[in-house]
Amino acid sequence: MSWLTQIGAVTWLNLRTIPQRLGSSAVAIVGIAGVVIVFVAVLSMAEGFYAAMRGAGSADRALVMRSGASDEMTSGLGGPETDIIKQAPGIVRADQGALASAELFVIIDVPKRTTLTPANVPMRGIEPSTFQVRREARIVEGRMLQFGTNEIIVGRAAERQFAGLSVGSQVRSGQIVWTVVGVFDTGGSVSETEIWCDARVLQGAYRRGNSYQSVLARLESPASYNAFKDWLTANPQVNVSVRPEVEYYTAQSITLTNLIRTVGFGIATLMGIGAVFGAVLTMYTAVATRTREIATLRALGFNTFSVVVSVLAEALGLAAIGGVIGGIVAYVAFNGYQTSTMNWQTFSQVAFAFAVTPALLVQGLVYALVMGLIGGLLPAIRAARLPISAALREL
Amino acid sequence: MKYLPLVWRSLWRRKIRTIFTLLSIFVAFLLFGLLMTIRAAFSFGVDLAGLDRLMVIHKINIIMPLPIAYQGRLQTVPGVESVTHNTWFGGFFREPSNFFATIAVEPEPYFGMYPEVHLPPEQMKAWLADRQGAVVGIDLADRFGWKIGDRIPIQATIYPHKTTGNTWQFNLVGTYDGEPGVDKTNFFFRYDYLDEGRQIGEGLVGWYVVKIADASRSLQMAASFDEMFANSPAETRTTTEKGFIDGFAKQIGDIGSIMIAILVAVLFTILLVVGNTMAQAVRERTSELAVLKTLGFSDGKILTLVLVESLLIAVVGGGAGLLLSWAVVHFVGDPTNGLLPIFVLPGRDLVVGIVLMGLVGILAGLLPATSAMRIKITDALRKA
Repeated sequence: MSWLTQIGAVTWLNLRTIPQRLGSSAVAIVGIAGVVIVFVAVLSMAEGFYAAMRGAGSADRALVMRSGASDEMTSGLGGPETDIIKQAPGIVRADQGALASAELFVIIDVPKRTTLTPANVPMRGIEPSTFQVRREARIVEGRMLQFGTNEIIVGRAAERQFAGLSVGSQVRSGQIVWTVVGVFDTGGSVSETEIWCDARVLQGAYRRGNSYQSVLARLESPASYNAFKDWLTANPQVNVSVRPEVEYYTAQSITLTNLIRTVGFGIATLMGIGAVFGAVLTMYTAVATRTREIATLRALGFNTFSVVVSVLAEALGLAAIGGVIGGIVAYVAFNGYQTSTMNWQTFSQVAFAFAVTPALLVQGLVYALVMGLIGGLLPAIRAARLPISAALREL
Repeated sequence: MKYLPLVWRSLWRRKIRTIFTLLSIFVAFLLFGLLMTIRAAFSFGVDLAGLDRLMVIHKINIIMPLPIAYQGRLQTVPGVESVTHNTWFGGFFREPSNFFATIAVEPEPYFGMYPEVHLPPEQMKAWLADRQGAVVGIDLADRFGWKIGDRIPIQATIYPHKTTGNTWQFNLVGTYDGEPGVDKTNFFFRYDYLDEGRQIGEGLVGWYVVKIADASRSLQMAASFDEMFANSPAETRTTTEKGFIDGFAKQIGDIGSIMIAILVAVLFTILLVVGNTMAQAVRERTSELAVLKTLGFSDGKILTLVLVESLLIAVVGGGAGLLLSWAVVHFVGDPTNGLLPIFVLPGRDLVVGIVLMGLVGILAGLLPATSAMRIKITDALRKA
């Protein structure tokens, strides 16, 4: 008999007898599935957050802030400065002038829907050119705000996560009352957590005089970036730092994404170790209950290698079942789950959806198989080393 | 007690199995300790926040500054013990990633307001003598290897300096320590240095902290402050410090529930593993247990023997895991480099952990123990 058929025969024997050991097999499966659920769920949080932040940036846009400012919140640019910035080369120009939007970025307290406690919702003062700079933005409900009034439009995610932001409602902040007239969509990115209003009205409301915080410019092409940046940094009239928008948002997401990933991997590794111990126990039980069968096979001339493979195959089989169950549960329970957290750079809210990506599911399954492999190794060796005579006498 | 050797022997009947069961429980409680620490870290020391301290912030949001003149007006309100102000500076050291809380304070009033934060008196004296002086938490000093006497350049993100641009120079004159749960990663410097050096924002402060004589009157006091500044250009919103920190933690999201959900999954799995092991241990020993019964062991005694065995596994494995998690938290500390300033395993959670160990031990042993108790001597002996 070739060794391949030997392996096949012994493995089939193992797999056929699983139902007799349903209890302990179930323990291994549940253990591994649990690890995979936690692993995929936690990492899908990081994935979703990262996607929302990164999606806000576009390759042909550049963000100008005061030199030294780490984010829009801490930046400040005088009105005359923003006029100079808009003259920089490389910006797309349309009939009404350069497609660059001087903006204010502040936070406003709005209660979270789930807890009804105040949350720092980002509020952006925009200019009429904003929608031409951010081509992905469009109004999906109500209408565009009228410049010069206290009207605001809210991002789709903001409307969903925070209370009292539906079209028609009024938002009281300090002595100002804002009226929501529309809801906008930016393709699921972090901008959808924002509330937009007229920058000039916001200047008055937050006592900012004629000042802004950033200028977002739409460039002719990503290649125009260098010329744009060089002109601004060389210009003595302004003291600014220029960044590609994508880079800005990626940098903003790093802290939290890394934190979630570190914690997620840490928890998953520790849980994985626990699950491996569970798998080892299960496989030892499997080997122990079949001591006589294995010894008989060996006495009949089956080689030790096929015995090792058969035990490993069983362990991997259980792990695969666990991995698939875990992946399915994680996908069904968490994919698309909407939540919001705080962006640690600007202390403002970011709404995002858990993203269970195919890559994550594959990682989860691979992790499950690794756990199964490690869990099966020791018992497999033990099975192969059973002294035939003693094993046959056992029981 | 005299049956302990018997329990001990049956535990080691299958060495490998017992060892792996112990290890599973060990890992589970190691996780328990670490997750509870993370949970506590995300509550930002809310347990230490005083109910007799009120936070007065701008009504629109905390990023809006308040005039410094409010300090005098707050001080005149009956029932107010002391008032001090803090201003968020938003600085970093060399790289933006070296971020920590940089706050401009009034040295003596600040440390008077927070008795749980300790600064040696001679360092306070040195600070009062040096306008550019700064004091930092011991954890922050450790992170960058700073020593007293060091000159530390900090990059400003909000307030450029009138003459030195984005770089502000500080002399490290002291390091503060504090009771467990105190954030030891802050960088404090003098407000007068900030106010005379900054290009914008002169005469403005971030928020006020007010200590009141009677904590039970905090709500009325808060309302009276807000009334005092109503209809002024800078209206205020006053909350207790506890309420403020709680609100801040809630903004990050419900980390606590996520941690508990993970723990439930972990503990459930462990329960299955231990329960399964115990069930098997009992199954294997059917004939031995029958012999014990023949020798006169009562049903209750058999039940206790098996329960003690599973309890022993849970407590030994779980205890070791909890101890290690405590050691890791205590000696290694925050792995994120300052993102989680308060990184301690609360004593309350240690107690919860011990109770959980007992529960896991008893629940896992309950079914096998009852089945052991119900063994019929005649059947069991015949089978063997």
